[in-house]
Amino acid sequence: MHAIEKILAKNSGRAEVKTGEIVTAKVDFAEINDLYLQTVYSFYEMGGEKVWDRERCAFVFDHYAPCPDVKSASNHKAMREFAQKNGLRFHFDTNCGVCHQVMPEAGVVYPGMILVATDSHTTTHGAFGAMGTGCGATDMATILMTGEMWFRVPEIIEVRLEGEAPKGVYPKDVILAVLGKLRADGAVYKGIDFTGSYVENLNVAGRMVICNMAVEMGAKTAYMQPNRDVIDYVTARAVRPFEIQYTDPGYRYAESHVFDVSALEPELACPHSVENVHTLQSVIAQGDVKLDQGYIGSCTGGRTEDIAAAAQILKGRHIAPYTRLIVVPASNAVMQECIRLGHIQALMDAGATINAPGCAACLGVHAGILAPGEVCITSTNRNFPGRMGSKEASLYLASPATVAASILNGKITDPRAYL
Amino acid sequence: METKLTGKVIVVGDNVDTDQIYPGAYLALTDPEEIGRHCLEGVSPQIAPDFPQGGIVVAGRNFGCGSSREHAPIALLAMGAKAVLADSFARIFYRNAVNLGLLPIVCPGICKKVHDGEAVTLDLDAGHVTVCATGETLPCDQLGEQQRMILEAGGIKPLMRARFGKQ
Repeated sequence: MHAIEKILAKNSGRAEVKTGEIVTAKVDFAEINDLYLQTVYSFYEMGGEKVWDRERCAFVFDHYAPCPDVKSASNHKAMREFAQKNGLRFHFDTNCGVCHQVMPEAGVVYPGMILVATDSHTTTHGAFGAMGTGCGATDMATILMTGEMWFRVPEIIEVRLEGEAPKGVYPKDVILAVLGKLRADGAVYKGIDFTGSYVENLNVAGRMVICNMAVEMGAKTAYMQPNRDVIDYVTARAVRPFEIQYTDPGYRYAESHVFDVSALEPELACPHSVENVHTLQSVIAQGDVKLDQGYIGSCTGGRTEDIAAAAQILKGRHIAPYTRLIVVPASNAVMQECIRLGHIQALMDAGATINAPGCAACLGVHAGILAPGEVCITSTNRNFPGRMGSKEASLYLASPATVAASILNGKITDPRAYL
Repeated sequence: METKLTGKVIVVGDNVDTDQIYPGAYLALTDPEEIGRHCLEGVSPQIAPDFPQGGIVVAGRNFGCGSSREHAPIALLAMGAKAVLADSFARIFYRNAVNLGLLPIVCPGICKKVHDGEAVTLDLDAGHVTVCATGETLPCDQLGEQQRMILEAGGIKPLMRARFGKQ
């Protein structure tokens, strides 16, 4: 069996599971974000009274942090009351950050667990050897009532990443290259196991970037076998004991795709689809792409490593006239670390606007919305029409280093010139 | 669950994500009727006001990709859609639709066979979709046992109410 199958088997009380089977499995932790007041509505509509386990579920107020309007504030108020009424042990209010960053920081994510959250980017937690998957509001309400969810045991495909990344190639470039090849529906309903020497040597933040964007290929979940960095990270934080699962030797993947990371270059996902991936050099060769905004943040590209990569390029320089750079640290802890390391100072000196930790403009609700006709380069995860405001705006997805080099010049620029 | 239904269609393309089905700017809304007014606004703001009651949305591959927002099937239902026929669906959207009683049916090639305003008949038991104007028939996938069980109960909510004795 694959490690993901072992996790599903363990949590559904079976010795083994097979691809395509429907199993009902225990959920080790459930998270509800602040777009999902419907979860509370569905919970009561279905006859819910108290959540199944006050230790194992939490709200994270990240999409509207802090609230931009009366409606979202009222939604927060109702969800906060529900959390209080149920005496939830964990509660992450608007002072915390993006759920996929604050949950690992709080130690509720660890290897061998099933994490379900009302957020598609829950695949992120494959970085820790956990099975993370997203769901909607009503599915979440059933979990809050029962502690379980039904799953179809997914096919598992292997994406093997071999070699060392060249200078200027970041985990974001690697996952964009994978996405360009597998396409936006290349892994629908499947699990992606990222393997290979690149993954074995990758730090926690880099692993999270890659697993995070597995959902942009439609994946149900992602997985990476925990390495030393992961074990150190979770050992320092985990709120309960954990058991790492291992894939059996000789396990046969439904498909295998091999990438030579040492041959990759900086990549871009061009408007208006995550699968519209081209090398940065090939885009520049077509002519200048002028920019109005740069954006660094989100559960994909707002960690200390991302902000550091941008600060390294922008320190002692200034962004182009008539452009803006929005920086949104993924969490309070990330922001504090970046302050301590001097990155926030360097970025503010370079003309950046620093926003409170949260999802902010990544999904177009506040704090960096685009006007019609504007062009933005961003370290986030989606460039769908209208994702960051006007549907007549254009979004390029890139590594934080590419975002920094580009907004410095007011046009898409190769970061390697600054490294 | 209706296993045979006829309705007028609107046709959208490949990779219609949940931001296009329901733009992020309206995520704080919670009233289904209000939510329905913005359905598919990211494709065209004219779709929701003109949508025929009991209509069917026809799409290409990977319908509902992206965000897990349940507002997407809530909006489709509130707009008056009974079913979505597509080459393929993204997973979370598919689950959400089943849970709320919106039929997500895989019918490869359907988006190339019909145009806005034309009618189709979905016959789930027979496993096909008929284009009313031409009589042409395309096979569609059967629902899995789990999905059928939820849809036959009218969605996950009645099932859960029964399980918790809150009928």
